[in-house]
Amino acid sequence: MTSAGYVEKTMRRRRNGRFASSSMNLFYVPAVLILVVFTVYPLISGLGFSFTNWDGYNPQKSFVAMQNYLNMAKDKNFWMILGNTAIYGIGSTVIQQILGLGLALLLNAKIRGRNLMRAVIYLPALISPVVMGTMYYFIFQYQTGALNTVVTSLGGSRIVWFQNPHVSVAIIVVVNSIQFVGTSMIIYLAGLQGMDQSVVEAASIDGASGMKMFWNITLPLLQPAFTTSVVLNLIGGLKLFDVITVMTGGGPGYSTNSMSTYISLSYFRNQNAGYASALGVVLFLLIAVVTYLMNTGLAKLKWES
Amino acid sequence: MSSNTSSRKSASDRSRRARWSIYVFLGIVMLCQLLPFWLTVTTSLKPADDLSSTLFMRTHDLAWSNFSRAISEGGILRAVLNSAIITVCVTLLTCVLGAAAAYPLARRKTRGNRLISAGILSLMMIPPLSILVPLYSLLVNIGGVNTYWGIVLVLTAGNLPLAIFLYTAFIKAVPESIDEAGMLDGANRLTIFSRLILPMLKPVTATVTIMTSVGVWNEYAMSNYLLTDQQYQPIAPRVATFFSMQTNNLGVAAAAALMSSLPIIIAYLFLQRYFIEGMVAGIEK
Repeated sequence: MTSAGYVEKTMRRRRNGRFASSSMNLFYVPAVLILVVFTVYPLISGLGFSFTNWDGYNPQKSFVAMQNYLNMAKDKNFWMILGNTAIYGIGSTVIQQILGLGLALLLNAKIRGRNLMRAVIYLPALISPVVMGTMYYFIFQYQTGALNTVVTSLGGSRIVWFQNPHVSVAIIVVVNSIQFVGTSMIIYLAGLQGMDQSVVEAASIDGASGMKMFWNITLPLLQPAFTTSVVLNLIGGLKLFDVITVMTGGGPGYSTNSMSTYISLSYFRNQNAGYASALGVVLFLLIAVVTYLMNTGLAKLKWES
Repeated sequence: MSSNTSSRKSASDRSRRARWSIYVFLGIVMLCQLLPFWLTVTTSLKPADDLSSTLFMRTHDLAWSNFSRAISEGGILRAVLNSAIITVCVTLLTCVLGAAAAYPLARRKTRGNRLISAGILSLMMIPPLSILVPLYSLLVNIGGVNTYWGIVLVLTAGNLPLAIFLYTAFIKAVPESIDEAGMLDGANRLTIFSRLILPMLKPVTATVTIMTSVGVWNEYAMSNYLLTDQQYQPIAPRVATFFSMQTNNLGVAAAAALMSSLPIIIAYLFLQRYFIEGMVAGIEK
């Protein structure tokens, strides 16, 4: 048999030989099994729990239909927390795009020590947000905190930073943004470095420079990096949990909770697993819708030039 | 002519000033990023009765005992060990199972497999907290609370979708002629995968390893609820619990925070380029 004939036969066998080919699918069975048990099944059973009045401990629970969802609509805390969640998401996204893009532009230029600067700016993103939260706490602590030291040295009196809910929410947004600003920065840096240089050169030959170059050439070419960074920051902000838990615990009252922390409070502290499950379903839908809108909307977005 | 030189001079002045202001701005940003670490170092070396500002370092009688107390009372070394065990197990499982799962998904593009790929991709957007209640009750039912295997399987499930996605994209770019050459030699799929494909996956494995291990090392939400026993707790829940107990002695909490983040800082110092490149490669997809 010629080798060409053999190749053709093998190719045919590969295409037609059902057993040989489909047995290949055995490779993904372990992974799919783990995903089904620990992600898909909980997602479905969570939907089921959300229609019950389960307390999370007692084996007995009864079907209450849409009651949890109706309670949610009447729950003032829920609407406030949904608002907080939006602020965490949008606030972090805006701050991170401005700072991240700005830093990327500065650190893309040939300036001395830029590798060290990139490394330092990215460092906090690698630390656990919980640990980072305790570290940031030493800025805002009442008696010895760095911020109150500055306030008192300027002649003011110490401030309780986590007393006013609005201030607390703002602090959490800033802390989350600052910790992960390095992530946005490296996404934009990768975008700047991957830019089609011929377009940039052509534009500079045509006399584009400075701000004109930035608005008409650089920004439109950065659109993929922009989409990636915005989607990542927005979803990260909407899911926010760790920093809130360690900095305010969701308090005072319910005022700084996000959807994520409210789910855990409803389950473990208020022992209302049915309600917590319903909140989980809402959070899941929220993220799914936002992801979908972002991916379709931002992909279509064309910069006006 | 003279006006020309003077204008050039002022332009270079302006550019020098611009350069300086850029350095000042970057300097401020770097200080902001390093400030929390500095405050944590100063705080960790103060005894409980020292109420001076966290901005300033104590110059005498440094309270090194905070570190030994964070180890003995806070169990920080145990927590670091737990984090290491969980991180290694999850990363290994994610790489092995992820690469294996990606192979048929990249090579055999039947309708069923495409559906499975899309399904796995969509699992990526599930926020962990949204399935907290059912996941916790599942783990209670199968006896997985306060065990290593429980948290390892849960976190592997959390990391697999992105890993499978990255591996699939990478294997698609590996020419199929390699598989065919293996087949000509009479090798079966398992041999082709482990001998020919797997060795080529080093770059994407580096990306998956970095993304997974950093994420697992820092993970808080799930391990906080699934590992309530101090014996099994990794760093994030341990530091959070210890911090909430030490409101009167921040020095010990600061020492705990420092020790728990030291391994990742050291790894970052040596593997900085890989960290940043790996993260970018993982995020961009």
